[in-house]
Amino acid sequence: MSSTTDLVANATLDHHHTHDGATAHGEHPDFRLFGIMVFLFAEGMIFMGLFTAYLTFKAVTPEWMPEGIPKLELLLPGINTAILIASSFVIHQADIAIKKNDIAGLQKWFKATAAMGALFLVGQLYEYFHLGFGLKTNLFASTFYVLTGFHGLHVTFGLILIAAVLWRSRKPGHYSSDRHFGVEAAELYWHFVDIVWIVLFLLLYIL
Amino acid sequence: MKHFVESSALAVKIPSNILTLLVGITLTLISLWFGYNHSLLPIAASREAELVDGLFNAMMAVSIGLFLVVQGALVVALFKFRRRPGDLTDGPHIHGNIPLEILWTVIPTVIVFIISVYSFDVYGQLGGFDPNATGDSSQVQVAMLPGEDASAPLMDSSRAKPSHHHEALGIGASPEDEGKPADLTVDVMGMQYAWLFNYPNAGVTSAELHVPVNQEVQLNIKAQDVIHAFWLPEFRLKQDAIPGQPSELRIKPRRVGEYPVICAELCGPYHGGMVTKLFVDNQQDYDNWLQSQIASQDSNQTTALVLDQQTDGDFLAPFVSDLGVTPDIVQQVLPRDRA
Amino acid sequence: MTSAQLHATTHAVTSDGVPIYRKWWHYFTFNSDHKVIGIQYLVTAFVFYLVGGSMAAAIRTELATPAPDFVTPEVYNSLLTLHGTVMIFLWIIPAGAGLANFLIPLMIGARDMAFPKLNALAFWLIPPAGLMLISSFFLESPKAGWTSYPPLSLVSGQVGEGIWIMSLLILGTSSIFGALNFFVTLLKLRVPSMGLNDMPLFCWAMLATSALVLIGTPVLAGALILLGFDLIVGTAFFNPTGGGNAVVYQHMFWFYSHPAVYIMILPLFGAISDVLPVHARKPIFGYRAIAYSSLAISFLGLIVWAHHMFTSGTPAWLRMFFMIATMIIAVPTGIKVFGWVATIWGGKLPFNGPMLFAIGFISMFVIGGISGVMLASVPFDLHVHDTYFVVAHLHYVLFGGSVFGLYAALYHWFPKITGRMMNEPLSIVHFVLTFIGMNLTFLPMHQLGLLGMNRRVAMYDPRFADVNLICTIGSYILALSTIPFLINALWSWIAGKPAGNNPWRGLTFEWQTTSPPEIENFEELPVLTVGAYDYGLGHAYTETVGDRQQNHRHHEPAPLAHADSVSPTEPEVEVAVVAGNGHEAPGNQKCPLPANPDAAVQTEPEPEIVVAAGDRPEDRSHQE
Ligand code: HEA
Ligand code: HEA
Ligand code: CUA
Ligand SMILES: [Cu+2]
Repeated sequence: MSSTTDLVANATLDHHHTHDGATAHGEHPDFRLFGIMVFLFAEGMIFMGLFTAYLTFKAVTPEWMPEGIPKLELLLPGINTAILIASSFVIHQADIAIKKNDIAGLQKWFKATAAMGALFLVGQLYEYFHLGFGLKTNLFASTFYVLTGFHGLHVTFGLILIAAVLWRSRKPGHYSSDRHFGVEAAELYWHFVDIVWIVLFLLLYIL
Repeated sequence: MKHFVESSALAVKIPSNILTLLVGITLTLISLWFGYNHSLLPIAASREAELVDGLFNAMMAVSIGLFLVVQGALVVALFKFRRRPGDLTDGPHIHGNIPLEILWTVIPTVIVFIISVYSFDVYGQLGGFDPNATGDSSQVQVAMLPGEDASAPLMDSSRAKPSHHHEALGIGASPEDEGKPADLTVDVMGMQYAWLFNYPNAGVTSAELHVPVNQEVQLNIKAQDVIHAFWLPEFRLKQDAIPGQPSELRIKPRRVGEYPVICAELCGPYHGGMVTKLFVDNQQDYDNWLQSQIASQDSNQTTALVLDQQTDGDFLAPFVSDLGVTPDIVQQVLPRDRA
Repeated sequence: MTSAQLHATTHAVTSDGVPIYRKWWHYFTFNSDHKVIGIQYLVTAFVFYLVGGSMAAAIRTELATPAPDFVTPEVYNSLLTLHGTVMIFLWIIPAGAGLANFLIPLMIGARDMAFPKLNALAFWLIPPAGLMLISSFFLESPKAGWTSYPPLSLVSGQVGEGIWIMSLLILGTSSIFGALNFFVTLLKLRVPSMGLNDMPLFCWAMLATSALVLIGTPVLAGALILLGFDLIVGTAFFNPTGGGNAVVYQHMFWFYSHPAVYIMILPLFGAISDVLPVHARKPIFGYRAIAYSSLAISFLGLIVWAHHMFTSGTPAWLRMFFMIATMIIAVPTGIKVFGWVATIWGGKLPFNGPMLFAIGFISMFVIGGISGVMLASVPFDLHVHDTYFVVAHLHYVLFGGSVFGLYAALYHWFPKITGRMMNEPLSIVHFVLTFIGMNLTFLPMHQLGLLGMNRRVAMYDPRFADVNLICTIGSYILALSTIPFLINALWSWIAGKPAGNNPWRGLTFEWQTTSPPEIENFEELPVLTVGAYDYGLGHAYTETVGDRQQNHRHHEPAPLAHADSVSPTEPEVEVAVVAGNGHEAPGNQKCPLPANPDAAVQTEPEPEIVVAAGDRPEDRSHQE
């Protein structure tokens, strides 16, 4: 612990510690965002678990795909994927806008993102109703629905976050170039949802 | 000052004097003696059991040694370094000793390395690496859900399509016998709450397992409803019976006798009653038994139908007497009939 | 509101001078103070321990005789399922989180957790989930063991299993929220003067634990979601009848549940590393080795899960990989164990609750650890898997380890938590009964397993009857042993001897504030000037902010720390000698330390000297 003593010396000589009201009550964009990241990591682990389960089922089941599963249609999911990926860039515009104190820009881009997200969900539901198999048809079908459904739940939650930010942004001064944790959190979450989808799409449709 | 020199010397002093040497030798002797003179294991009735016991005894000796070292140090410390009443001074400021720390990192590393290699070797000799022990996880649908008919066809291995998976699930032939077929093959089926043994060559099905002594026996293990585990304590072998995933155990009994066959995986309330017997017979007795079975078995009657007419209680009845439970109790605690 | 204001509004003192900062009913509310939450966790967990223990008593009573005569086999299976689940998810894991809640902010000099509301939420998820789980006993209880393997779990009652899945999902969420908080707090809220390598070892252990929770628990959630679908909707992920695979569940379950055993032991490893030096009056032996071995254990803990599945048809090469990886865990754990032994070696060991339980912890845990290494050996595990040998192993590590560790921690921090001392003779009675009961109950189980008794059975072969009777008697002694503890804790909480700020003369931050700690922990945030384990150098925080304020008459007499070896003229020599040991010396000290800080206090030295001495944070902050 030699560093202890060094630190002691440093602390003694040049550390001026601020009175800590701030640490306990104030705004801490830095570690709240860090907290969100840690949370998203944990969320990601649920998906990791489900993805691995899917891959294992695929590996140990002698006949994959199971009989009765038509080749998955790629057009609609492809468009859907494009929409979702694009929305990640759109939501980033909102981030750029708020950093310039442009509230109208923030609202515009968030609305656009929300619209794209909603479109994605609609597309997803449309696909559900036009697939030739149901939740219980077989192992592939079950994993397919549970994975996409669980992801859809996350998209829905992301939409709620976006709506909350839009609601709050109506109050003048709620978000500004240096106070926009909510915006960043929603954006981060949206990127997460997007990345999960890309993996999911590759696993379920392409591989 | 003086205090410091003393105690730091104490800390670096890795066993060097005669006393520690003597203590070390004594410890080793005690450990070895205990490791090889305990009565913790049942009779070893097979080649496999002897191998596992050798491993266990060695691990036991090492464990006793480690146990004595750590506990001894704790007990000595507790007495030797007791705080005198009213003593408010601190102990010496020693906060590490690199050579000592390296030592106690290296020693356990070496120990676990040796145990790993030994285990690896025993596992190989048991037949764990036999590439022919195929447990192709073919998709056979067998598990029984509540309300389903117990007479649903039992798993028919001939129907199972072979797959590209050829991993050893279970324990196969020992390296010497690798590639050779076993002298006797028995299909083992686990179901709530009984084991069924099918001798495919003789067309015999029995609730008890009979095998001839000193012959290689291959057990193909399957489960019908939930997971069970086929355990022969006197053979030191166990393999889960998993619905849909056949597995195997290959054994070589060496002692004539009567041994328990136990289900070791929780499979429902009467898991504890899922016990039967393994008879290791000499060839003569075995042949006699087989003949009597063939004679008594109506060849048209499939096991499934027998099952159908029995209650759980009937199933357990032959075995409960060994458990010290009367069939009455079993009937009483069994709420529903199987049929 | 500043801390001063809070102080003014809530400050109160009992008739014998112990400060009170909260009304009793605060402990029944959604309070975001980490100390309140910590106590809520600990008390709730202990209540669940009594529930789980009563189930254990019923289990042992049933097993006193070979016949299933005390409860039916079905009830027996419910009992053992709930016993395992309650003990793990409602006792050990929450109790560890409770300790962490109470201690982490205090130890790192923070005023609260990073996310206090989330913290309160994490706690409040537990009681409903726990009540739900236990109430299942009266509806239809889960019967498939705490591991809940399908297909059995799918066919032994939908309601019970459904409740089990739901409550585990809630408890898992709680656990993740808690870990998230610990993780961020430890990384972001340390006082600026405290580097990672200055943290008390409990904090290191919690860092490692939180990482495991964040990685492992979500995977359990995934498994439970799939199992829930199979159970309720009728999909067939894990059901071979529909083409599913039962073993995949086992992989997902153990991917969490093996790390979970380290989630249950690492916090106590940390606690022991903090308890031993204070009482032995010696620095922890090998700080970095012990700190980093927690990380090594976490990492290794993530890649050994299939050692629970050696008989599940796991392919040969996988079995060998998992065997070797598992055994390697003995190395970092051994580093800790030997470090602890070396810490007490040459110390000044008192015969009190914390010390006895800490030593008991090491002693019992080593037995469980060694049997663990034996279990890791595949050929041997083929024999003893799912037998009482495993039951013996798991209770030596969980009861002898985690529970002993928790007791050591509770005895050690009770004065800080409540402001009052516990009764020593009663704590010794408690220890003796627990130690005897523990070994009587669980030692014979090793032999039972080796001889052929499988676990999870309500009826067994009569030849095991005698040994089982011994176990049952032992378990009654264990039940009895909780009584002196309960009396001691309750009575001391109300009327124990006031503890003062620092009854054990500890050096970590939590001992520098009042007991119980004031609402925002520190009037002035502390500055790290003395290492957490720098015993034997003459430091002793007996005089602290709170002490001078109000507790003066209660604190222990000032120690003449290490008077015989350190004299004011000699500190450099001493440093040189220690450096000669070849280990990281506390050397390069820019300023000599005073031999007897208390003398300095009494004579009111010049301010410059105090700064140079650097072990009186409160003085320095006054100067700024
Ligand atoms: C706190 C909980 C805890 C802890 C810390 C451990 C620690 C370990 N456990 Fe244990 N274990 C459980 C809780 C725990 N376990 C539970 C609950 C089960 C049963 C689950 C169920 O099926 O219900 C189980 C089951 C279990 C199994 C499966 C058995 C089976 O079902 O067949 C195995 C197999 O490898 C195992 C191994 C180990 C090992 C190697 C360690 C190691 O981490 C131990 C390391 C420690 C030491 C080795 C001692 C100190 C070291 C030294 C003194 C150095 C020198 C030592 C040597 C060189 C050996 N455990
Ligand atoms: C931290 C974890 C923990 C703890 C502390 C304990 C504590 C105890 N355990 Fe437990 N146990 C497990 C975790 C734990 N167990 C797990 C994970 C399993 C596996 C479950 C499974 O297979 O699914 C298990 C399984 C298990 C079994 C095996 C069951 C079986 O396989 O069939 C047994 C059998 O003896 C047992 C006994 C005990 C006993 C006697 C105690 C004692 O230490 C308890 C002492 C405490 C008390 C007794 C409570 C205090 C007293 C009172 C409240 C007064 C009332 C008391 C009376 C009326 C007598 N446990
Ligand atoms: Cu079959 Cu247990
Ligand atoms: Cu494990």
